[in-house]
Amino acid sequence: MDLLEYQGKQLFARHGLKVSSGEAVTTVEQAVRAAQRIGYPVVLKAQVLVGGRGKAGGVKLAGGEAQVREHAGNILGMDIRGHVVHRLWIERASDIASEYYAAVLLDRSAKQPLVMFSSEGGVDIEQIAQSHPEKLVREHVDPLAGLSREQAARIAVAGGVDSDVVDGVADALVSLYEVWTAEDATLAEINPLIVTPEREVRALDAKVSLDGNALFRHPENRALADRENEDKIERRAAEEGLQYVKLDGDIGILGNGAGLVMSTLDVVAQAGGSPANFLDAGGGSDAKKVAQAVELILANDAVKAVLFNIFGGITRVDEVARGLIAAFGQIKPSVPFVVRLDGTNDVEGRKLLAEADLPNVYTARTMDEAAKMVVALASGRPVGAAA
Amino acid sequence: MAVLVDEHTRLAVAGMTGREGSFHTLNNRRYGTNVVGGVTPGKGGQDLEGIPVFDTWAQAAQQVQPNTAMIFVPPAFAADSILEAAAAGVALVVAITEGIPAQDELRVYNVLRRRYPGTRLIGPNCPGVLSPGKANVGIIPAAFFKQGNVGVVSRSGTLTYQIGNEIAQAGFGCSSIVGIGGDPVPGSSFVDVLELFQADGQTELMVMAGEIGGSAEEEAAEHIAAHMSKPVVAYIAGFTAPPGKQMGHAGAIISGTSGTAAAKAQALEEKGVRVGRTPAEVAHIAVEVLGGSAIAAP
Repeated sequence: MDLLEYQGKQLFARHGLKVSSGEAVTTVEQAVRAAQRIGYPVVLKAQVLVGGRGKAGGVKLAGGEAQVREHAGNILGMDIRGHVVHRLWIERASDIASEYYAAVLLDRSAKQPLVMFSSEGGVDIEQIAQSHPEKLVREHVDPLAGLSREQAARIAVAGGVDSDVVDGVADALVSLYEVWTAEDATLAEINPLIVTPEREVRALDAKVSLDGNALFRHPENRALADRENEDKIERRAAEEGLQYVKLDGDIGILGNGAGLVMSTLDVVAQAGGSPANFLDAGGGSDAKKVAQAVELILANDAVKAVLFNIFGGITRVDEVARGLIAAFGQIKPSVPFVVRLDGTNDVEGRKLLAEADLPNVYTARTMDEAAKMVVALASGRPVGAAA
Repeated sequence: MAVLVDEHTRLAVAGMTGREGSFHTLNNRRYGTNVVGGVTPGKGGQDLEGIPVFDTWAQAAQQVQPNTAMIFVPPAFAADSILEAAAAGVALVVAITEGIPAQDELRVYNVLRRRYPGTRLIGPNCPGVLSPGKANVGIIPAAFFKQGNVGVVSRSGTLTYQIGNEIAQAGFGCSSIVGIGGDPVPGSSFVDVLELFQADGQTELMVMAGEIGGSAEEEAAEHIAAHMSKPVVAYIAGFTAPPGKQMGHAGAIISGTSGTAAAKAQALEEKGVRVGRTPAEVAHIAVEVLGGSAIAAP
């Protein structure tokens, strides 16, 4: 779960990392009042979960009320690479003597936390890694011992920070590591971490991702999801306990098991089609779950045909068939369905489906065959007889 | 032969008294797995159809000497249950539980390495291990698999059944099917399991089914080229997955530009590993490579 900058900064402050004080606002009038309280000059920053805000004109400096009005008016409602700006973060503008990059993340390969630090702050980290790999300090942390102040100071020195701020940077790294562990983050990144002319070390930006599996330990963090920019169907799916990811195509997909669904998307793409979604029904096979899944898929207007790819393991295919038949009793889809049922009790499941004689439903035996059929149907070409 | 579980398996199950735990424990026993006990704090002294329940792993270890643990407890308690089983000296822990926080998995992985190097963890968030004809530990539907010479290792459950079924229909059987799970910090990697298959007398070919996220497939490619003599056929799911979106499994996410299916397939093919583009193609390649040496079920 990715957090907006101002939410990340709230978590930073919770763990002793210095951030500029500011306010999150949603209207121009609120922006004006916030700026007055904070004191000029202020920075207005678009709160969206996408990089490149500055280049897109989503970060502006304002020296007075007129400029706040102008910039807030421009940025609110702006579309930054598909993300609409609903919220601004306004904080006191900082004077910058030097900028660094700092991050803590999970190194899946080494199975250890990794601290990354660079003197090339303010630049995209993948760029630093490419253009100045020697300026990127990478150091693993023993997850059972944590990041010590000594190790943090070593990292700061290796990263080439001025000697008078080694302590301050080390403190910031220790705090950042604490954010990562205490909040169950998968990523905690500051870019840039700045040193002011007064030699204060402060986080000027925040990029934090939290582990969704750990939210039971942090009920207070549940509310931090970016509801405003979340896809409506994805949100509904999450509420219903279904794993749904919206994609750009026109073929709705439902399967059981994350790996099989990913594989189904690929096979459809190979057959020349374009999937409209990822949807894992998991072990859910009762009529209610199947009906919910069908409704989710059809809530996307782009969908022209739907592929049901079920391989029954623990899930019994005949139950899925019953669920599908019951679902069709509740909703009358206007697009064709291709259903591929295989695995546990597949003969029974296919028989049920044939007997039900659902309108506009086609059956296929294999994944490859099913993919070809659904691609043809989505592009308006006829296929063999309906089930 | 087979890997990890067989006729010598003595299984005890944490969470055996729960709905899912009891269903699958009895399923495993029906298959022929020797289930010797269960662990549920507060329910010691009870039994599940004759299988004794203990309060702690230490008691279970002392009373019924399990060599294999299966973990079915909820995510909040799973890490401690795994470590408790390891502390009791259980050599193999198979964790089915889905939804364990990544940092718990990180802690478990590092504690096992340092304090309990004799314990191997499979999972979490995995379907378990099946050695056809010998033992089933987990939730893999055994009906699709017969005994044979193909070893299967996979990050995904249903996809494994799909591929296993294709292989069975082509007339092949399996030595063992190992689900390593879809989480970011699995206890065992592709490399760990491929090593076991390489050393296993029954296994003549391996199928590995990977997916987007992390670099376990790339590491497997290096390992296969450097250390393995038996053929490996691979499958990678998620070519159409967009970056930054978690595709069901907690570990199935492309971060920035790393962890893509295309990069994984390329890494494997560069090391001479053939990669099937569909589950059906994986089975075709396996059949082609094994030629006439398919071992039919006895």
